[in-house]
Amino acid sequence: MAPEIETMPIWVDFAGGLQTLFSNKPNHMISLPIFNPSDFSPANVGFLISHLVKNHLKHPQTEFFVQEDGHLTPGILVLINDVDWELEGEEEYELKPGDNVIFVSTMHGG
Amino acid sequence: MQLNSTEDSRPNGVAIATNGEHNGFSRRLTDEEFDRYSRQMIVPGMGREAQLRLINSKVLIIGGGGLGCPAAQYVAGAGVGTIGIIDGDVVEPSNLHRQVGHATSRIGMKKVDSLITHLRDLNPLPTYTPYTYPISPENAADIISQYDLVLDCTDNPATRYLISDVCVLLCKPLVSAASIQKSGQLIVLNCPPTPQGKVDKKYPPCYRCCFRKPPPANTQLSCGEAGIMGPVVGLMGVAQAGEAIKILASALHLPSSIPSNPEDDPHNLIQPTLLIYSYDLTAAPGPFTFRALKMAPRKKNCFACGENSPQTLTLEGVKSGNPNYIQFCGIQTPKIVLPEQDRITASAYHAARQNGQLQNHILLDTREKEHFSFGSIDGAVNVPFGKLLMKAATIKRHGGDAEEILPVEISEDQKDVPPIFVVCRRGLDSQEAVEKLKELGVDRGGKRKIVDIIGGMKAWKEEVDPSFPFI
Repeated sequence: MAPEIETMPIWVDFAGGLQTLFSNKPNHMISLPIFNPSDFSPANVGFLISHLVKNHLKHPQTEFFVQEDGHLTPGILVLINDVDWELEGEEEYELKPGDNVIFVSTMHGG
Repeated sequence: MQLNSTEDSRPNGVAIATNGEHNGFSRRLTDEEFDRYSRQMIVPGMGREAQLRLINSKVLIIGGGGLGCPAAQYVAGAGVGTIGIIDGDVVEPSNLHRQVGHATSRIGMKKVDSLITHLRDLNPLPTYTPYTYPISPENAADIISQYDLVLDCTDNPATRYLISDVCVLLCKPLVSAASIQKSGQLIVLNCPPTPQGKVDKKYPPCYRCCFRKPPPANTQLSCGEAGIMGPVVGLMGVAQAGEAIKILASALHLPSSIPSNPEDDPHNLIQPTLLIYSYDLTAAPGPFTFRALKMAPRKKNCFACGENSPQTLTLEGVKSGNPNYIQFCGIQTPKIVLPEQDRITASAYHAARQNGQLQNHILLDTREKEHFSFGSIDGAVNVPFGKLLMKAATIKRHGGDAEEILPVEISEDQKDVPPIFVVCRRGLDSQEAVEKLKELGVDRGGKRKIVDIIGGMKAWKEEVDPSFPFI
């Protein structure tokens, strides 16, 4: 039997319409492996995005969330604990148990 | 009683001299002004100077719609002295659930004229300047240069980037808001206004600093397509007015309000904050949420305001089409157009039904169930586009009977292979649906015809049934 993968809780929120891609639920508690199994590096936001796509993105129109290269679609803001991820190192930010990551799609209507 | 102050003390403690340049700051309020603005003037932090700053201010509201109407009402009510409104559209019945500055009696009137009619009735004291055409790269700088502060109440990314760029170039603070369905956002940009290229301190961001690239064109939604709840966009518009009044009343719109060394006095720099308001109608209705998100300051590498921006963005450039905003925000990618034999006009489909050529067929309507609930063609079965794609993806991944994609009640008991017609709202999704169904083999190797109804329910209304309730 494969050893159980150790996980940590990450609170993920979607807003601005992105929640429709994730079972119409704006708030999720994600059990994220503490290491990226592909290279055993500590789980960062980049790994969280691929984890979300693989395990939680049920909608077929994935282009609303990620591009073909696996990076986030332009126009989506990411906030780590309510702070713009650009202040936190973007995809490289290493997640800690209990972190809150928000994905907000930019709105244009008015 | 001391009325005549030579010093104008701002709430943040910095005093600026009111000399001849600030005409009207030492005058008395008229009796009418005194009565009208008394309730806001007694609020701590306001007072006579702040009210006079509002009266001497000029605000440009770009867009007279869902954001512009409530924003303009409160900006006018507060007594901002000059209010410009720019919009090229006319009032339509579908605007009125949220664009509360218009009226049923003014349907068909230019929005700008309609809104100003309403505002004059609310407060006749300000000077109202109408611009009854859309803002464009050619006219943006000429108009924006005449104002102290800009409210972006528009509805598309290309215009939002244009407005922000020109505000940076002309050193104007910008209060930007947007809204769609059940969510809204608000952010104050370039405030206090800071010249292009200055990045050494924690200067305020511009729209491009926060939203470097627009979302791909195929993922952008408009209120017309996605819908919008009135109070959501209304809240954002009111909040825009609130920010505008705060900035003007405390003189943060003046370039001189940037302290020479902001590090010494961090109080003078406003933490850039993005407000997100949203609630849910579809899942179990939970509470609403307001979130205030801390945004990064001005970016060194920003195209519009960063270190090298004077080389990349200029007023002359903007006017002559550089950058090209339409291209930057993505020209609507032309969707797949099926070969002619897979398509039929709404009127030809109707005729075929009428003369009995289509006794046995399946009609799939791929609109959302909310749209479908208002009416459909006789015998149509609702399979929302998203659900259809989802089912198609599942079948592709895990296998299964492709025909299960069709609703059970029509996929059973069909020994023959009746043709399938697909209709959507405007004729785009239906083409993609036809392609998907064929890809999955629902056409049984060509034995079954799968046909797109050209132009969707919009065409049906235009060509066949004018009374159809099209949304």
